[in-house]
Amino acid sequence: MSDRTPGIQPHPSLWRRIDIAARHAFPTAATLALMLLASAPLGLPDQAALLPAIALGCVYFWSLFRPAAMPPWSVFLIGLLLDLLGYLPLGAGVLALLVAHGLTIQARRFLARQGFLVVWLGFAALAALVALLIWLAAMALGFRLLPFAPAVFQCALSIALYPLLTVGLQRAHHSIADPEQA
Amino acid sequence: MIRLSVQARQILARLTLPVLIAASFGLMLLGKADALLADRARMVLADALAPINVLLAEPLGAVRATFRDWQDVFSMRAENTRLREENERLRHWQATALALDAENQKLRANLNWMPDPAPAYVTARVVADAGGVYARAVLLALGPNHPITKGQIALDERGLVGRVTEVGSRTARVLLLTDLNSRIPVILETSRARAMLVGTNGPRPRLMYWPEGTLPAEGERVVTSAEANVFPANLPIGVVRYTPSNVPEVEPDAKLDRLEIVRIFDYGLRGITPPDAPARQARPERRR
Repeated sequence: MSDRTPGIQPHPSLWRRIDIAARHAFPTAATLALMLLASAPLGLPDQAALLPAIALGCVYFWSLFRPAAMPPWSVFLIGLLLDLLGYLPLGAGVLALLVAHGLTIQARRFLARQGFLVVWLGFAALAALVALLIWLAAMALGFRLLPFAPAVFQCALSIALYPLLTVGLQRAHHSIADPEQA
Repeated sequence: MIRLSVQARQILARLTLPVLIAASFGLMLLGKADALLADRARMVLADALAPINVLLAEPLGAVRATFRDWQDVFSMRAENTRLREENERLRHWQATALALDAENQKLRANLNWMPDPAPAYVTARVVADAGGVYARAVLLALGPNHPITKGQIALDERGLVGRVTEVGSRTARVLLLTDLNSRIPVILETSRARAMLVGTNGPRPRLMYWPEGTLPAEGERVVTSAEANVFPANLPIGVVRYTPSNVPEVEPDAKLDRLEIVRIFDYGLRGITPPDAPARQARPERRR
């Protein structure tokens, strides 16, 4: 089980195992649910940019603080939903999120020990990269020039939304998504 | 589960990301090779989400209405004055319109004019924004066995909204005239010059390809043209506005940013299939 509590441990019961599995699945499931919610008719202006912002924020947070619960195939699934719900060319969101996930895992050793501000700065850089990637992919796959302003707005919204997202995710991280508490 | 050695599992874990990144490129190729695939997947997803959207639309609409009511309370006085003035002006126009209508009837009777058939229409509720960062479209909720087909024309109470581009079993997607893929043949009302209305993803589509010598005038009304047999003639679209950099754009009459209910008209026009589907074969007709 965990390295933090060594020693002989009883074989987990069925319910406990289900509990652990559910806690393990929480980050992916919650991200997908949040994305579905963000695509609901909330009537917000420029709501379309909310979807990539939430997807990226969640992928970044969980890749950073609980990578075991945000494996690459989860990121793939989230990216696919982003492409379908966000009417992006198929594969654009998937690629951008997978690259973001990979970079976050690489920077994890450094970033996970830092304070919130540095984590946020890291996220800002990543959000810029992701917005750029999606913009480039949409242009390459659509064979047309696209205005750059929506990409800038998407990046800005992602960065602005991240602290808000962190508040919720941080709570889940220490309670409902924690397999240790099963 | 298969038992693997620690090393093998580590190698596998390290390989997953590159393999999935390669798969995402594969997905891009697949999306390019079969443009229908993504559309179909989206409509299936939209159909599945439709009940949730319809369910959510009610309370969300109530919240928005309450919010608007509160705003109205504060602007009531100014609004009243404005409405009274507008009413005066409209009364004048109503008199003019009635006189013109009577004259028109008389002239038509004299000319044995063949009247246009009244088009059939369906009213539908807009349940979700079906656009993205790089697309402008809305999703309509429909009952099962609805009569809507691709290429039909959506209008709100003021003017043209766009065209139906994808139809699912319970939903239809309407590409707005502001979308990057939207091209609409138009006529400038006073000069009768033809032009194209090209979507830019911004709030105001751009006018292009007007004939040399007739510049679109600021404030001129723009209506659809029957050319290419895609739109009927004379549906109101909007008025010409020039940008500071002197590019003529059209300010749409329809409230495209807050669409709630649209009417889908069937003019029986089968000119060109909607713009996002170049390689698509005709779907079996749903109607009749």
